[in-house]
Amino acid sequence: MKNYSENWEAVIGLEIHVQLSTKSKLFSGASTDFGALPNTQACNIDLAMPGVLPVLNEEVLKMAVKLGKALNAEINSPTSFARKNYFYPDSPKGYQISQMDKPIVENGYLDIETENGGKRIGVTRAHLEEDAGKSLHDDFEGQSGIDLNRAGTPLLEIVSEPEINTPEEAVAYLKSIHSIIRYLEISDGNMAEGSMRCDANVSVRKIGEEKLGTRTETKNVNSFRFVEKAIQYEIERQIHEIESGNKITQETRLYDSQANTTRPMRSKEFANDYRYFPEPDLLPVNLEKEFIEEVLATMPEMPTEKKERFVSEFSLSQYDADLLAADKDIAEFFEEVTKVSNSPKLSANWIMGELSAELNNENLNIKESKVSSNKLGQLISRIEDGTISGKIAKDIFEKIWTTGKEVDDIIKEEGLEQVTDDKEIELMIDEVIENNPQQLEQYRSGKDRLFGFFVGQVMKASQGKANPKQVNDILKSKLEK
Amino acid sequence: MALSDQELKEIAYLARISVKEESLPSLKKELEDILGLFKQLDEANTSEVNAMSHPLDLSQPTRKDEVTEEDLRDELLKNAPSVKSGLFLVPKVIDGEN
Repeated sequence: MKNYSENWEAVIGLEIHVQLSTKSKLFSGASTDFGALPNTQACNIDLAMPGVLPVLNEEVLKMAVKLGKALNAEINSPTSFARKNYFYPDSPKGYQISQMDKPIVENGYLDIETENGGKRIGVTRAHLEEDAGKSLHDDFEGQSGIDLNRAGTPLLEIVSEPEINTPEEAVAYLKSIHSIIRYLEISDGNMAEGSMRCDANVSVRKIGEEKLGTRTETKNVNSFRFVEKAIQYEIERQIHEIESGNKITQETRLYDSQANTTRPMRSKEFANDYRYFPEPDLLPVNLEKEFIEEVLATMPEMPTEKKERFVSEFSLSQYDADLLAADKDIAEFFEEVTKVSNSPKLSANWIMGELSAELNNENLNIKESKVSSNKLGQLISRIEDGTISGKIAKDIFEKIWTTGKEVDDIIKEEGLEQVTDDKEIELMIDEVIENNPQQLEQYRSGKDRLFGFFVGQVMKASQGKANPKQVNDILKSKLEK
Repeated sequence: MALSDQELKEIAYLARISVKEESLPSLKKELEDILGLFKQLDEANTSEVNAMSHPLDLSQPTRKDEVTEEDLRDELLKNAPSVKSGLFLVPKVIDGEN
């Protein structure tokens, strides 16, 4: 597909479904645990047996209020539920209980940052609704299998304004939402397992054009990278179609990550007529002022606040602070390490360097790290107090990773203390100079870069244990003689 | 409030009600009468009235987030005409929809 010209702009809106991490369902006391045997967590209410009534889970209200606050939004009270009617086997009631007119969260915004700077994206609304069950299309003698364990699991659908213009902005927005829901502990945000799902509404228009182009909705995008690619593909496809004289059809498309394309879903004839009406089985929900205040009192420090604190309290760079604060677990690990090490900058470097390399290597998350925050903090404090060199620390880090031993034990057992005694270092330097008369002559006749050779020889002689700064200083004075 | 045959058929389809061609005229008349009643509501001045989503003037009670339902799968599956491996079986669903 050819590259599109710069005369075009894309208009993108995202609908993000976030599965809330409650113990029980939105309207029933059935468990929401992931991975249970089919239909073992689907009760009479989830199955829509005759005579059952939904009873609202209080926890979802708290979660929605917190999200509303984090999105700088209004909380509607009363907030009410509505029926969205459609027939599909994974929805036993024949309708989904959702929200229409009075969503619990409305009119918020989120500030995002991309390489092109900061931008404010409006959040139209976030409403509560129930998830559907799962259809399994494996071969059951030509039939589909239905597992209703997921039916009734609470979701918050977060709808953005169509104010996103590039795939990069879409990913920044999505990552920001992901970070927020993880900080609030209202969802695990696991995209691969479907606890966070993203649909992208995309249209294109000539720059300067007021009128929006016809949009398509792309579904089934289950990673940050795929969201970027799917939107990119869809933008290019639409521009290509229009430039070739074709029209864009308003339709729902599926992203195929293997082929990196989107393709239209078979459209249902009157698919988008959901005939919403107020849910007669549920009363409007009044959120008392005291209730909201109690919930807000439990709000944790949010990513942006944490980032700013990392900059002001620890003098980290914006870049480092941003990377560390984006993930709640990493941010907590960093603070634990810093508490022990007393060196925020070095702690940040180790977490984003050595530690994250090891974690990536073994495909672990930071909570599964084989070097605890306490041990990493101790290791760094031993660099800081001059006991070991940074280079030796890397070897010790590897040893802790594989054996789980204590930092000081490894240093003692293997005699890894840094050599900081001037006399001892001088002796080593004298020996190196004596053994390399040729290099000495060359150095003294102007080959300055041989200095590095001498440093290397001394470090080697000390098995990496000599304090590099002292080696530099003493070596310089000796060589100049 | 006049309904076309096409609108009537669409409404029936959305509700998954099968309507015989010969019953369309009478059904149409009945639905139009109902819509006429709603039309009458438009005559009332509601500028001072808040929208009401439920006739009871109460707030929805809530429950604590606790698992209170046990696994009733074996019993519940007995209601289904066709089951396999703990799943309800239904006519093949078009792949990729919903």
